[in-house]
Amino acid sequence: MTQTSKSQRPQNLWARLRDSRTSVSLLLLAIAAATPLAAPALGQSFYVDVIARIMIWAIAATSLNLILGYGGMVSFGHAVYLGIGAYAMGIMATEGITNGFIQWPLALLLCGFFALIFGAISLRTKGVYFIMITLAFGQMLFFLGISVERYGSDDGLLIFTRSEFDLGFAELDLSNGTTLYYVIWASLIGCIYLSHRIVNSRFGMVLRGAMSNETRMQAIGVPTYRYRLAAFVIAGMMAGLAGLLSANFERFISPDMMNWPRSGELIVMIVLGGMGTLFGPVLGSVAFLMLSELLSTWTEKWHLIFGPFLILVVLFARGGLAGMLERLNPRSDP
Amino acid sequence: MNYVLLAEQFLNGIQLGLLLFLLSAGLTLVFGIMDLVNLAHGSLYMIGAFFAATFTALTGSFLIGVLLALPATLVVGIVVEIVVLRTLYARNHLDHVLATFGLILFFNELVRVVWGPAGMSIPLPAALDVSVSLLFGITYPIYRIVIILVSLAVAVGLYFLISRTRIGMLIRAGASNRTMAGALGVNIPRLFTLIFGLGAALAGLAGMMIAPVTQASIGMGEQILIFAFVVIVIGGIGSIRGALVGALLIGIIDTMGRSFLDVLLLVVISPAAAETAGPALSSMMIYILMALVLAIRPQGLFPPRGRQ
Repeated sequence: MTQTSKSQRPQNLWARLRDSRTSVSLLLLAIAAATPLAAPALGQSFYVDVIARIMIWAIAATSLNLILGYGGMVSFGHAVYLGIGAYAMGIMATEGITNGFIQWPLALLLCGFFALIFGAISLRTKGVYFIMITLAFGQMLFFLGISVERYGSDDGLLIFTRSEFDLGFAELDLSNGTTLYYVIWASLIGCIYLSHRIVNSRFGMVLRGAMSNETRMQAIGVPTYRYRLAAFVIAGMMAGLAGLLSANFERFISPDMMNWPRSGELIVMIVLGGMGTLFGPVLGSVAFLMLSELLSTWTEKWHLIFGPFLILVVLFARGGLAGMLERLNPRSDP
Repeated sequence: MNYVLLAEQFLNGIQLGLLLFLLSAGLTLVFGIMDLVNLAHGSLYMIGAFFAATFTALTGSFLIGVLLALPATLVVGIVVEIVVLRTLYARNHLDHVLATFGLILFFNELVRVVWGPAGMSIPLPAALDVSVSLLFGITYPIYRIVIILVSLAVAVGLYFLISRTRIGMLIRAGASNRTMAGALGVNIPRLFTLIFGLGAALAGLAGMMIAPVTQASIGMGEQILIFAFVVIVIGGIGSIRGALVGALLIGIIDTMGRSFLDVLLLVVISPAAAETAGPALSSMMIYILMALVLAIRPQGLFPPRGRQ
């Protein structure tokens, strides 16, 4: 007997496009793809950078959504993996290793390693302990970043050369801004697709099952701890990718990117966009960054509005933007 | 390593620990009894400091400034509880985190608007601005001794309040089973408001007392809030005793680590390496301690009775 739940999406492509969440998100991704071509013609090259940043954050938010939205793990130190990815790249670049084929795998492995250690300890705990421990681990590396003078301490670190992907016969030239932009774009698509596959796999089912009722999952005989840990590591590495992209894009890293308000902002993006939905993090990061851009051009004191706005979102906007879009769907949908 | 410096740093550690206790006591009570994750606790610490700075400047006396700032912070705490937090008790931890994160942004910006971005320093009265010599040739600033004594007095007072008075009895009843306490006629919402106000005043007091040493500045609450989290995780959430032990442990370890770890490392590794590793390691030490405690006792050192 098969039971259809809300999370199981219709498989048919046309039916999927009729889901307003999916169509709006795909539209956003298409706009992002067209921007580098259209923006210079319109004299708005500034927006290329804005969208690149949004996409990097969207990758990080997608990774956090994997454990928070689908796994119920409220990690309040997720920005730290961005930092690890970025610092791994920055440190290697400073030490003269600019080969991307060494930098990227090593950085991602390092993120996975840290996520494994931090996850193994924090997942032993639950609820508020988990929130505070992930927060504390994040701060630990933040302070480490501040105290290591060789790599810039709190002034941050400039990266002079972007990662070099040179196979001899073919080269992916990241020093070209447009190339890098499309690498970021493709990474975002890849991460969304990956998280779609993960969530709808057996593994993802266990993850979601453990979120809704852990005792039941354990009673069936599923070692939930291991599944959670695996998801935690995957999410850490995906955030590490965002960190790598950010380091390449900005060519500047600072400990502030792992400071805890960044982790808080990631959570805000997910909740704003709709947690536990595939495109929620994308919608959320677009909304969050656009909103902060908008409010900060309007008034310098935008936090005075944004703070209460956040509280109102928590109190009243169930399901975030994705939830709102879902309500727009035609009623006839099964 | 001379013992005078060692003793001084030890006292500094105790002072930091007791200050942390004031902050953690409120945090742990709020969490233990109301099951509310309050990130904005550090904002109350900051607001207490700014209130004290303003009232001191207005009245010309630090003591009167503190005496006025305490009830002011209490009122802010109660208003925050009634306006925002009350609606959150029924929600999950994630909602608490988000909403109180919003509160932090709001308060930081509010302070920037009201008091300006620069921060405020509080001049100490001349009588407190001297050092006294203790035993064995150790001299120590008298104001820090005052901080230690006041915090100790508050800790003792808190102990009596909770274990010997009627209000304390209600607080304990609410902590172990709030539904039952409510059924027996305790006005739980009012009790919550009271506890939150108390926690706010304690956090504010900590901010007021440290402000003459550091200064009242925006964001001062966030730094110490993380410390307070580590403290209550180590001590066991909801346990005042755990908060005291955890706070002293963290205060002493952090202070001593920052001053002596590089010297200790010299015994093991080269001077150049020690100079790099010392600050890095000492800033990480309390988190490593927390990880160790959790690896062995995930519920903290002194989990309160009646929970779990």
